[in-house]
Amino acid sequence: MAECHPVGFQWVMEAKARGAKVIHVDPRFTRTSALADLHVPLRAGSDIAFLGGIINYVLQNDRYFRDYVVAYTNAPTILSEDFQDTEDLDGVFSGLDTDNRTYDKSTWQYEGSPDVRATSGERDRAPMDGNRTVTEAGRGEATGSGGATLEECDQERDVTLNHPRCVFQVLKRHFSRYTPEMVEQICGVKQDAFLTVCEMFADNSGRERTTALAYALGWTQHTVGVQYVRTAAILQTLLGNIGRPGGGIMALRGHASIQGSTDIPTLFDLLPGYIHMPHAHTDENLDAFVAVQQTRKGYWGATRSYVVSLLKAYWGDNATEENDFRYDYLPRLTGSHSTYDTVRAQIEGKCKGFFLLGQNPAVGSANAKMQRLGMANLDWLVVRDFSLIESATWWKDGPEIETGEMRTEDIGTEVFFLPAAAHTEKSGSFTNTQRMLQWHHQAVEPEGDARSELWFMYHLGRIIRRKLADSTDEMDRPLLDLTWDYPTQGELLEPDAEAVLAEINGHDSEGRPLSSYQQLSSDGSTSCGCWIYCGVYAGGVNQAARRKPGSEQDWVANEWAWAWPANRRVLYNRASADPDGKPWSERKALVWWDRDREVWTGHDTPDFAVDKPPWFQPAEGATGADALSGTDAFIMQSDGKAWLYAPAGLVDGPLPTHYEPQESPFPNALYGQQRNPVRQLLPSGVDNRYHPSGAEQGADVFPYVVTTYRLTEHHTAGGMSRWQPYLAELQPEFFCEVSPELAAERELEANGWATIVSARGVVEARVLVTERMTPLLVQGRTLHQIGLPWHWGPNGYAVGDAANELTHMSLDPNVHIQESKAITVDIRPGRRPRGPAAADFVRSYRTRAGIDEHTGRAQ
Amino acid sequence: MGVRTWIDSWPVYRQLKGNDPLGRGAAVKSPLSSERKARLDTADRVVKSICPYCAVGCGQDVYVQDGKVTQIEGDPDSPVSRGRLCPKGSASLQLTTGSAREHQVLYRRPNSTEWEHLELDTAMDMIADRVVKARREGWEWEDIHGARTRRTMGFASLGGATLDNEENYLIKKLFTALGAVQIENQARV
Repeated sequence: MAECHPVGFQWVMEAKARGAKVIHVDPRFTRTSALADLHVPLRAGSDIAFLGGIINYVLQNDRYFRDYVVAYTNAPTILSEDFQDTEDLDGVFSGLDTDNRTYDKSTWQYEGSPDVRATSGERDRAPMDGNRTVTEAGRGEATGSGGATLEECDQERDVTLNHPRCVFQVLKRHFSRYTPEMVEQICGVKQDAFLTVCEMFADNSGRERTTALAYALGWTQHTVGVQYVRTAAILQTLLGNIGRPGGGIMALRGHASIQGSTDIPTLFDLLPGYIHMPHAHTDENLDAFVAVQQTRKGYWGATRSYVVSLLKAYWGDNATEENDFRYDYLPRLTGSHSTYDTVRAQIEGKCKGFFLLGQNPAVGSANAKMQRLGMANLDWLVVRDFSLIESATWWKDGPEIETGEMRTEDIGTEVFFLPAAAHTEKSGSFTNTQRMLQWHHQAVEPEGDARSELWFMYHLGRIIRRKLADSTDEMDRPLLDLTWDYPTQGELLEPDAEAVLAEINGHDSEGRPLSSYQQLSSDGSTSCGCWIYCGVYAGGVNQAARRKPGSEQDWVANEWAWAWPANRRVLYNRASADPDGKPWSERKALVWWDRDREVWTGHDTPDFAVDKPPWFQPAEGATGADALSGTDAFIMQSDGKAWLYAPAGLVDGPLPTHYEPQESPFPNALYGQQRNPVRQLLPSGVDNRYHPSGAEQGADVFPYVVTTYRLTEHHTAGGMSRWQPYLAELQPEFFCEVSPELAAERELEANGWATIVSARGVVEARVLVTERMTPLLVQGRTLHQIGLPWHWGPNGYAVGDAANELTHMSLDPNVHIQESKAITVDIRPGRRPRGPAAADFVRSYRTRAGIDEHTGRAQ
Repeated sequence: MGVRTWIDSWPVYRQLKGNDPLGRGAAVKSPLSSERKARLDTADRVVKSICPYCAVGCGQDVYVQDGKVTQIEGDPDSPVSRGRLCPKGSASLQLTTGSAREHQVLYRRPNSTEWEHLELDTAMDMIADRVVKARREGWEWEDIHGARTRRTMGFASLGGATLDNEENYLIKKLFTALGAVQIENQARV
């Protein structure tokens, strides 16, 4: 955090100055470690074992926050008799379909409640007819018929937590083998260091104290990435660290609006506000679509209002009750259409055109060579960026030109490079990592041909609509019926960003701005482009532009900008008070029930109906928010509870389980199951081969683990930092971090060159020999890890090979994110081969390790 | 030059007599340096902004003079950052005004070895034609099982995490209306 979010880290140091303890768990010693009370190096790819070990410690030693757990979590809920755990099946859960690499999740449900909905993640997957199953993203509407009549309230609960099938007992059994000895074997963390972490964590949690977890892509870029975060959620929930000040699990995100681009998603599987994209279906309609997504209880009960208001924002007066609000205008999914699947579609020749809008996959995405091969097979490519990034120039100077695998004259891709406007040259909002929308005002006009994406998209849409204006083709109706008439400003005809924000916020039938998503209606009288952002333009005022100085506000500072939802700074903050509505402790008070005024009040906006008393019990048959009791603090959940166990929503198990990475030098010490059995693998082309693992023959050809990371002085794939002389001078070239022991073992010289190779590619890097890298003792032998910052590429001032030449495409099955945080490699001294010899070199490694299209693909 | 002026021009005297006993400020200024003004002092206006790099969201003050950005500083009012910027945020003046930025549309014909220049309007028109064509060629009313898909697999988009919410909104809205589903950004990576 000190490296990649240094200005955010000042608050960690403020806390430390007041007595907080800082623990840093990372394979490398970094600036964060230098400022922490304790640094714990561990093996990349072993965090579920580490966190699972802490969970086991908390459960075995009764260190959990029992009152919180009983009141606010699903710990008491009884599970179906049919559920079988990894304890029963040697590392897999019941329902595994080995042929199709998928789970039938029906046995994971609560007793007496066969259709509990997840409010995020995979809500809408179901087996298809006959033997076929949709493995990547199913046809959700198939389960829609039962949706609106769910009876989650009928779940059986045992508040003594003693029932052998209650979530609490299942959890206890599941994690019982995650002992300190096992943590040492898997993670390479000494037991005394591990137990120190456990004690510090537990001592600092409970009524009087809270502990926060902060993480970044070290947890997500894995074939079990979602389950890493789930493990953290279980731990924090058991300790009562959610919804309370100083608690939580914070994603430290790396782009100015990467949170915003998830909320208002440029993502294939979502519509704005975490509404899922519809899946292909033979008889779908709005009712069926809504029925699958909505829950009987909680704020997703109003799903129809959110969806209808979005359709009204898109198609305006053309969207009416009679035509299902133009629901049919939405394109449908049939599986995963992630960017990695798109690379495959490009190589197969199905995807012919590609827009790159401020992104640099030629060096920034996993398996960079495959990215370039995909682009080389396009008809056209549009690159919008500040400078000539590698994704714009690969056709003349990419690595494949050097190796002779491609010839510029043979590449038919037409390339358009359009210069982009900078943040100082346009107005708009970024959503930061705390869900806070902050407006930046335009300072100057962009020069030359530089334009904003707002300009580009608006005018592209305008031109295409003009070209197709006379079309009578049904295909073109969604485009021609679209509301697309934004006011423009200045000589450049820049669309008014605030007008777009107003559309996102929404308005009523009279055009008046809405102030809350609770005003949204399912009858078509309201329009709202993103329901969770409703209120950002309340009163016709740009709330994201609020700038009352922090020094003039309290510690919550809720008059600075605007956080979704409802300007709430801590989600689920009802849980900061006990079931009676009193703060768990005075020093951790955030919101509470004011008995005199009979309202929820406090420092933050209460995450609860403001007049719903703690003792409230819903009427029989109540739905939506009305069905939440006064203690259902987790208001977005279909049962109002935090999920220690996830009966739905995840495709790879209701509980996290340690699996080895796709590529690992070690067998799984916990189970017979080596890897996540339902991880997503891309079809095996020769350029995306996987390595053997553990005891498999050839695994020793790639004996070291690489983990990738970022530096303070650079930004992601370098498009915004390698061209800046100051930053290029601070971190001028690609390097690898190795321990003195590994340097001795492989005769690597400090400041010299190292060649690092995988079955996908080869790179060279300057050698940084440093004790910041610690050899670890794992399963009785020494493991060396290599750190690789991944910012480089051949263009710009600071140049070097791209770490992504080494990485492969194997994905988390829930969210389709690649495993680039733990791969295996070999390293040797000296510079890499050049020209055709480089390709031969990689090929020779594949041969030595006996790698073919089957390697690493076993379940 | 009078005696008084002469003595006042002597830094040691100013250091002993004035408010700068350590000689680190006004006491040691030469006539030349005392006449210099900071860029911040001469700016025409200060525009409130947010750092474009990571997701911490530090506040920035953008100084503008004669229609040009002349300096970018941390915004002390921000409760997020309290005026601080990291090395990247501090380099955002170079990011926005540096010579590495391209300001012209470039075009590479199929199989060509070089870039050529293109008017922005021409490029927009050409891109629009290509979208229409790729969209039509990749159009699917149904999937292989006969389920209605109403979409195109002919083109894809990647990017958005560095952009504004309003921009992402228009990207998703337009491409969805065109029937595209392969719309992605860095959040996937």
